[in-house]
Amino acid sequence: MAKYLLKRIGYIIVSLFFIITITFFLMQAAPGGPFASERKLPPEIEAQMNEAYGLNDPIHVQYFDYLVRAITLDFGPSFKYVGQEVTDIIARSFPYSLILGAEAILLALSFGVLLGVIAALKHNKFGDYAAMVIAVLGISVPSFIMATILQYIFAIKLQALPVARFESFAHTILPAVALATTPLAFIARLMRSSMLEVLNADYIKTARSKGLSSRVVTYKHGLRNAILPVVSYLGPLVVSILTGSFIIEKIFGIPGLGNEFVVSVTNRDYTVIMGTTVFFSVLLLVSILIVDLIYGLVDPRIKVTDKGAEK
Amino acid sequence: MSKILEVNDLSVSFDTYGGDVKAVRGVTFELNEKETLAIVGESGSGKSVTAQSLMRLIPMPPGKFVNGSIIFKGQDLTEKSEKQMEAIRGKEISMIFQDPMTSLNPTMTIGKQISESLIKHQNMSKKDAHERGIELLKLVGIPTPEKRINQYPHEYSGGMRQRAMIAIALACNPKILIADEPTTALDVTIQAQIMDLMKELQEKTGTAILLITHDLGVVANAAHRVAVMYGGKIVETGDVDEIFYNPQHPYTWGLLGSMPKLDNRDEELQAIPGSPPDLADPPKGCPFVTRCPFAMKVCENRMPEYTDVSNTQKAACWLLDERAPKVEIPESARVGGTKVHG
Repeated sequence: MAKYLLKRIGYIIVSLFFIITITFFLMQAAPGGPFASERKLPPEIEAQMNEAYGLNDPIHVQYFDYLVRAITLDFGPSFKYVGQEVTDIIARSFPYSLILGAEAILLALSFGVLLGVIAALKHNKFGDYAAMVIAVLGISVPSFIMATILQYIFAIKLQALPVARFESFAHTILPAVALATTPLAFIARLMRSSMLEVLNADYIKTARSKGLSSRVVTYKHGLRNAILPVVSYLGPLVVSILTGSFIIEKIFGIPGLGNEFVVSVTNRDYTVIMGTTVFFSVLLLVSILIVDLIYGLVDPRIKVTDKGAEK
Repeated sequence: MSKILEVNDLSVSFDTYGGDVKAVRGVTFELNEKETLAIVGESGSGKSVTAQSLMRLIPMPPGKFVNGSIIFKGQDLTEKSEKQMEAIRGKEISMIFQDPMTSLNPTMTIGKQISESLIKHQNMSKKDAHERGIELLKLVGIPTPEKRINQYPHEYSGGMRQRAMIAIALACNPKILIADEPTTALDVTIQAQIMDLMKELQEKTGTAILLITHDLGVVANAAHRVAVMYGGKIVETGDVDEIFYNPQHPYTWGLLGSMPKLDNRDEELQAIPGSPPDLADPPKGCPFVTRCPFAMKVCENRMPEYTDVSNTQKAACWLLDERAPKVEIPESARVGGTKVHG
């Protein structure tokens, strides 16, 4: 197990190296720079700024400088927000995205699984059709439309919840629901099809032949086997929810990390682009590792051991 | 010997888009204590549906009981509620299935799967159930059961899984064990071991076994009595010797004839030509009429009644009517030829 973990962490470091390298050169290849703006800076000042931030060095020197600093977890200062470190920006904005994302994942997971199980148990009956109509709507309605509809109904018409900003738990409800809709619908469909398959499996018949009640059969024997596809979907889902919340953060005026990420790209704020990219990559790689570990726990056939790693 | 299970004129149908499929059409048989009754027949003859109806494991709908009764301990199982059936399944009647590879839950240890019915039916504590699980695994011949009980099905071989299935089925000492093609998915040496094990356990526990199979070799070794099913009906029934040495129904002849024989290496393997009838639209007369080499006019129009051949053997065939022409048992069906010719 320890060997397996070490090996996976090794892979993560290699992946990070490639991500940093590719992002770095892609970013440099894009036209413009951090100090290019509509109101042109006097050339002397621009030259001084470039000098100060080390942008006059040859590109390979800049690259190696960055690599060395990245290893020591120093992502440098922002070019646009004077006096702020990249790590400060991430530390300030990530908690918003994290809370929002966690709520959305929890919502999507619990209601998605519930909806899928109901649909499977009521196969080809009203419950199934109702759940699948909700799922199709959830997948086809984009999150920004969902967000504005929610704002219109719950904040403006019913005056029940705050329309935007991020100050209390009540503020998080609408954006979390909007963010959760698509993955919820996706999980519901995934869960329905895998539950239908599992309920027809031979071991379900065995469980019934033991005299177990249909509730025990469904939840103890069915659910654990049926949830496997959902678990494997969880890794990419965590990341896409945490990064993909840019639109939702914009609509609800939440100063989250998704926002910073996109703004930094339009600003050509090199260090912030690099910093947030590395941060998201670490998040993705670690959550995939965690999902693999969970997978091994849920399904004993998938063993996370040294044996598998040596082959 | 006293009757433990009585099935009277049982009919089971399935609602499909293509109409009602009448999978079982008026089946009558009984099972005595400590005996093994084999139901044989080809695929689609209704034998598995019969077996699963006894446990009420047929999904309803689309399945439904059209007619008949299943009397167990003086009570009709077709009239029981689902809750009442739960108290019978696993405790009084239990079942083992065809494919041990898929009939065990892959995410649960063998021990847990054995304990479940013990905890449910005998109110055992988890610890006692675990102990009993080890005993049961030892009983079915699994080495180092203390270690094996905490393993998952994928760590067992096919034969061991079927042994574990038997342990699960026998956990609560059921009166009846239904074995639905228990050896079909296993290789031949393991088949023999599993059949021997079932025989041995039957002697120890006194369980009655209803053996569903299409393998006459298995039947000859294991069964006391045989019921031959075709087209949703039992066409012939009798003691195992009678079925093998003095079969009366042309379908039984066909089945016996299609068994490979050791002394006839050059001959091609015989098969019964044609295919079983469509049970969505079952024939008016004998279901075997289209494939029977001895079919007569009357066979098409009227289902024959049972004719008693002996106290224990009876068959439903017009050839047994006194007005029918005399037909000898074909050479190919003489499995125990020496005994008959003597």
